[in-house]
This record gives sequence, structure tokens and C-alpha cells, in this order.
Amino acid sequence: MAIETLPNAVLPSRSGPSFGFLTATPIIAMATVCLALVILSAIFAPWLTTHDPQLLLPAMRLKPASAEYLLGTDAYGRDVLARILYGGRISLLIGLGAATISIAIGLLIGLVAGFFKWVDAILMRVMDGLMAMPSVLLAIAVVSLSGASLTTVMIAITIPEIPRVARLVRSVVLSAREEPYVEAAISLGSSMPKIMWRHLMPNTVAPLIVQGTYIAASAILTEAILSFLGAGISPETPTWGNIMAEGRGFFQVKPSLIFWPGLLLSIAILSVNLIGDAARDALDPRMKQRESGK
Amino acid sequence: MSNPVSDTVNSNPLVLQIDNLVVGVGKDGGGKKIIDGISLQVRQGETLCVVGESGSGKSVTSLATMGLLPKDSLKAVGGSIRLVGEDVLQASDRRLRHLRATTMAMIFQEPMTALNPVVPVGKQIDEVLRTHTDLDAAARKKRILDMMDQVRLPDVKRIFNSYPHRMSGGQRQRIMIAMALVLEPKLLIADEPTTALDVTTQKQILTLIRDLQKDHGTAVLFITHDMGVVAEIADRVAVMRQGRLVETGTLDGILRTPTMDYTRKLLSAVPSLVPRAPRVEVGFNPVVLEANELSKVYRERSFFGKAREVAAAQDVTLTLRKGRTLGIVGESGSGKSTVARCIVRLIDPTSGGIRLGGREIADLSRRMLQPHRKKIQIIFQDPYRSLNPRITVGESIAEGPINFGVSHKDAMAKARELLELVDLPADAVSRYPHQFSGGQRQRIAIARALALEPDVLVADEACSALDVSVQAQVLELLDSIQTRLGISLLFITHDLRVAAQICDDVAVMQHGRVVEQGPAGEVLTNPQQAYTRQLLDAAPGRGWDFANFRPVAPLEAAAAAI
Repeated sequence: MAIETLPNAVLPSRSGPSFGFLTATPIIAMATVCLALVILSAIFAPWLTTHDPQLLLPAMRLKPASAEYLLGTDAYGRDVLARILYGGRISLLIGLGAATISIAIGLLIGLVAGFFKWVDAILMRVMDGLMAMPSVLLAIAVVSLSGASLTTVMIAITIPEIPRVARLVRSVVLSAREEPYVEAAISLGSSMPKIMWRHLMPNTVAPLIVQGTYIAASAILTEAILSFLGAGISPETPTWGNIMAEGRGFFQVKPSLIFWPGLLLSIAILSVNLIGDAARDALDPRMKQRESGK
Repeated sequence: MSNPVSDTVNSNPLVLQIDNLVVGVGKDGGGKKIIDGISLQVRQGETLCVVGESGSGKSVTSLATMGLLPKDSLKAVGGSIRLVGEDVLQASDRRLRHLRATTMAMIFQEPMTALNPVVPVGKQIDEVLRTHTDLDAAARKKRILDMMDQVRLPDVKRIFNSYPHRMSGGQRQRIMIAMALVLEPKLLIADEPTTALDVTTQKQILTLIRDLQKDHGTAVLFITHDMGVVAEIADRVAVMRQGRLVETGTLDGILRTPTMDYTRKLLSAVPSLVPRAPRVEVGFNPVVLEANELSKVYRERSFFGKAREVAAAQDVTLTLRKGRTLGIVGESGSGKSTVARCIVRLIDPTSGGIRLGGREIADLSRRMLQPHRKKIQIIFQDPYRSLNPRITVGESIAEGPINFGVSHKDAMAKARELLELVDLPADAVSRYPHQFSGGQRQRIAIARALALEPDVLVADEACSALDVSVQAQVLELLDSIQTRLGISLLFITHDLRVAAQICDDVAVMQHGRVVEQGPAGEVLTNPQQAYTRQLLDAAPGRGWDFANFRPVAPLEAAAAAI
């Protein structure tokens, strides 16, 4: 008997998620551009300004904006523009770092918990315990116990995010492991790590991209809160939170000390969140149906 | 094409008249034509079966008749659908809503999703009456209880206040029928109403529809893919393929003297219920697989009160010899899949033994089991979910051999060979599963299972999700592979026709136990147990030998009907 003819091989292969959603609507396109500008300005900070962000010049205290100091100087005579640009480096680094580390650890925990029933109960209760603690309080405790540095702040921000990632991955794994192709892999004698990596992990990529953007945004915000509360990285290091914390005392005299870092912080977080929403809409087919069903 | 005069069985007035219907894709219907020039007539008191494989457009035809085409994606662009003289395609939404309850009604495949889970079924039927009649509450309730009696529901007063999840699949479908017929519509559209039901329930529902039709004189448009069901219920048959009408005729005419090649092909693909001639056993065949008093018990733990135990399989003993096929047949919930999954050790049996090639594997740990995995492989029911969509076909097939130490290059070479063995081109290795049809994917799944050169292949409803012609091809393939490679097959199916054609031995399961076991020829022609007889009796179309275009010969019929 004849076999049904094969479809043409020109059909698109689904090897990975596409990033066309970054320009889906004008607002998202603008968010993409804004985020790119913030990132580029942080990377190229040494070329964009010739001032040292940590150089104290008592003679130049609280100068208004001029050709020399585009945004003026702060209470210690440091260039505000340089501090904001260099501050973006720390803030963005913490956002990226916290997202990457919490996803890596949460992915591992979620995969193991979703696949092995006997560890599931223990791991998830630990995660529940972590989630029960307010994240800022936990971060302050970690930082005050181990001293403030870029590493400890990043760890302090990462820990409360891990349970969220682990829960997400676990739920995806729990539904994916019932798929016949996973059972087929078991009967083919594939090892547990191979099944997790090859058959289960790819299902988590799309939700993790979305979750990652939210974590990055909230990490940047948490770092700013910690610095503002004085529990963050030491005050001479420029971060957006530190600049605002120091500018608070001179708010009446020079509001721009808070305005500029605050503006950049808002733009960065808003852009990341908008891109995260766009990614969710693009990667979750059910959302797409709801849009077109209107 | 159809001749409206010659193929009618009665001269009652026309209820439904579809003329040259064309349905296109898109908001304006300008895209591909899903339905291309269909003409059908259904008279009062007559059942027209529309039969076809997936993608033939039979469901779209019924939706168009109900005025339920999805507005954004499908539109009728030509022809007319006349319901008692009124063109449904021209009717307003308001008029359609009225027509849908009073003049035509529809029942669907899955009664669970068609009913509202949070409203008692009596209330749901009442809603139809409240909207479309002026009866008072007492009169409505009397009419509903009367209708429930007519669809032969037990204890109607209790059922009136029951929620859908408290009822069985058959009872839910009866509720759907009661709801559809309570306003005495002239036309009943049934879209695969028994496909999700077990054969014994299916038989009851088919009889019910027949009887109600006789009492009420309803015209029935019955959509199905199953020739057996057609033989049970149709007065006339319309065969559809890819949006076109292939042929229409009386039931007898279509089954005895089909004029079109496609109809002949479709009928030839229906497996016969008469078991095939037993294979000659050449010499002594060693036992490759044994299950001894295998049991699987699920414990439902609860915080308060005692733990509840559900035995999915109890004391199942099976023997499979080299090169033979053992079928496990039974209805849903009989435990046949549980047994299969225990044997492959996808789930751990509660007690009992599994001997594979003389070695006990029931209590081996995961690690100890590893070397035995390659001796037994499984094929699943759903070809769309049994292949990882993100991995190329070649990588999927090569996964097994690579796990057992074969180099990637050799494993891929083997994958190409295996694809040719299952009649697919070798260059399919670099494609992804979504580029293949259901039947092709099932071939790939078979190739993947064969890659480890197993002694035993377990097929868990491996053909149930496929169209009948594709099913025939896959069965043929399994047969030829068995002849060439001499492997043993454990074939799990609910379909007695398939079992009759592929199995040497058959085990019939009910409520987790094997009720009857023996050579297929004996069990399926001369069953000893009441349940086996009941199953055989319920198999739709048992009176017909479709592939030979004739009713089953009297002697065989007598044997099949016992």
C-alpha cells in the first residue's frame, strides 16, 4: 500500500525561540532601545566621561551643571554624570548576575524536585521556608552577617529568588515527565541526567526567559533599596541606590542628585519588565490565542 | 455523484438539504477550500452517516449546518443549507439560536466537556426549556423526567440533581441526547457521539438513538470514522474525502457494491472480526516473556480515615513465546495498560513476577534493570506526544543505541537503516517530528523501539489514534517486521477487530483481572466467558465482512454472534 507523501522539508524547524517579539509593538521597541542605551552607556562609561567617579574635590562641592560637569557635582565634589554611568555598571551587573545565578540554581533544584518524588518533599519545604521570609529582610541579614561587597550583595539578592525559579521549573517538569516521549526515553535506558537535560530542561527555557527578566528587574530594585538603606555596597562605590542615598540630604538644595539616578533606575526596570511581558506573550501560545480571540 | 431519487429509502419530506456547499478558510472564506461542493439530503426518520478519515471535512459540514463555524477562521462562501426549507446560511444569529434548540440539535464526541461541570444536569436541560417554551416549572420538570426515562437513565429523580462528574461517560451522553431531543427537533446532528465510549456502552447508545429516532421521526445526520458504527446505524451513507463527496448511497449499496476506488480502499482497510488463520508454529518457540500473578495496587492515602486501595491489575499471568503475538483486550479501566507499563517497568508492580528472557526483572533496581531495558521496548498510543518535538528524528532513534555504548556515527547510520525498514526515506533523520503525519510518526516510534534490537515489543494501543487506512499500513508493517526479525509482540488494544487480525493468543481483561485467555481463533469465535461474549456482541458492524463487501457468511456469523 502506498505511504502518504512526505511534506516538503522547507518547513521551519523549531530549534530555538525567536526574538522577533523585541520589536512587536512601538512601546516594546522603545523599551528595547532604552535598555540597549542604558546597557551601552554603562559598558562605555570610561569613554563617555573623563572624570573619576570616586575622586573627591572639596573645592567643587555642589556645582550646578556646566560644560565641565554636565550634571553638576555632588556634596563631595564628585562628577554626578560619571557616578551615574559607573553606577549603572554595578546595578546592571547585579541584575544580570542575580538572574543568571538564581536561574542556574533554581533550575537544578526544580529539575531534581520534579523528577525524584522522595527529594521533592524535602526540597520544596526548604523552598517554602525561604519564600516565607521577606526578601529585603533576608538580604539585610546576609549582608550584615558577611560584610558588604558586590559578591555578598549579589548572593543576598539571589537567595530569595531561587524558590520562585525552582517552583516554576518543578511545575513544568511535573507535567512534562508524563509525556510519552519521556517514558520512551526511560525505556530506551537513558540515564536520569540525560533525560533531565535532553527531554525535560528544554521545556523550561521559554518560561525561564520570562522569569529571568522579572528577576533582573527586581534585583536592580532590591540593590537600590539595600544601598538606600545603607545595607548595600560601601557608599564610595557608585551605584544608583548609593547616589540617591547620599543625595537625600541635599534634596532641598539640589534635587537633580536624586532625579537622574532615579530616572535611569525607572527606565531600566520599566524596559526590562516590558520586554519580559513581550517575551511571555510571544513564548506562551495560549496568550496569543487570547489576543486574537478578542 | 448522488442521485437523490435512486438512493433514498423513504419518501418522507426532506428535513435537511445541503446544496453545493463551499467553505473556505479565513474571515472572508477566501483561503483554501475546506469543503468543496458538498450536496447532501436527509429525510424525516432517516439516518445519513457521513463517513471519512481525519481532514475529510465531515465535522466542518456539521458545524456549518448548525451555524457554528468559527467566525474568524471559516466561512461558507457558496451553496445553501436548507433546514425544512429555510436557508441556515442566510439566517440571523437570533434566528439561528432559535433554530438550534427547536428545529435542530447536536450531540458531541466528549459529553464531559459539552456539559457544564458546576450545574446539575437537570437544571441544564431545564435551561433549554425555559428559554424556548412558556411551560411552568412543574410542567418543565415533568417533561425532563419523562425525557430522562426515554433515554433509559436509571433513578431519574436522583440524576436530575446530579452533577456531570458523578455520572459515567455513557450516562453523560444520555443526558446530552435528552437535552438535544427535549424540544423534539426535526434534525439531530451527532458528531462522533460514541467514539469516546467503550464498545458495550457504544452499542447501548447506538440502539438508543435508533429507537428514539423511530419514536420521534427525527432525521439524523451521523458523523463517524468507524465503518462498524455505520453498519449499525445508517440508512444511507455519504463518503467524504478532503472536503469532497466521494459517493452516497444506501447502506447496503455502499457496503456491497461501492463504485469509487476510495470507498473500496476504506472498506478494505477495516480489519475483519473473524480471526486470521493461525500461524504454523515452526519447531519449539522458547518463552521470552512471562508475567506471574502480577498485581498493581494504588493506595489513595487520606489524612482522616482509612487508606483506600484500588487494584489496577490483579494476579495477571501471561506467557509470550518467541515470534508470537499476544493481545490484551479490554475496555477502558480494565487494567490492560497498567499491565503493559508494569512489564516495561515504567511503573513498579506491587507484587508478582516478570521474567524476561529467563531473568526475573520485577524487583530489579533502576541500575540493575539497565542492561535488561534493551530487550523490551514500548510503542505508545499518541504519535504526536511520543516523540520529543525539539529533537530530530535521527537523534531520537539513535538515543537508545548511544545509551548502550554505540558511537554517535554508527547510531545515526543505524537510524537511517531503520527508517528504510519502516518505509520512510533515510534522509528523514535530519527532520523534526512536526514535519510528519501521525502514521509516519508512529513508524518513527517503531524504528526507535527497534533500534535496540529488542526481543519483545509492547504496543500500547499503537494504532488507536490513526485513521483506518493508516492503521492498516502500520499493522502490516508490524507484521512484516515480526516475520523478518522474529520478535515477539505484546499488543494492547480495545479493538477486537485489530486483535483478531494481529494476535496469535488473546487475553481478555476486565476490572484488573484476566477473565479469559487462549488462542485468538478460539477466544474470539468460541468464547467461554460471558464477558468475552458481551464484548464480541457489542463490536459494531459484526454482521459485515467489510473487506470482502458482503455480510459475514452465515456459519461465521453464527460463530461470531455466539
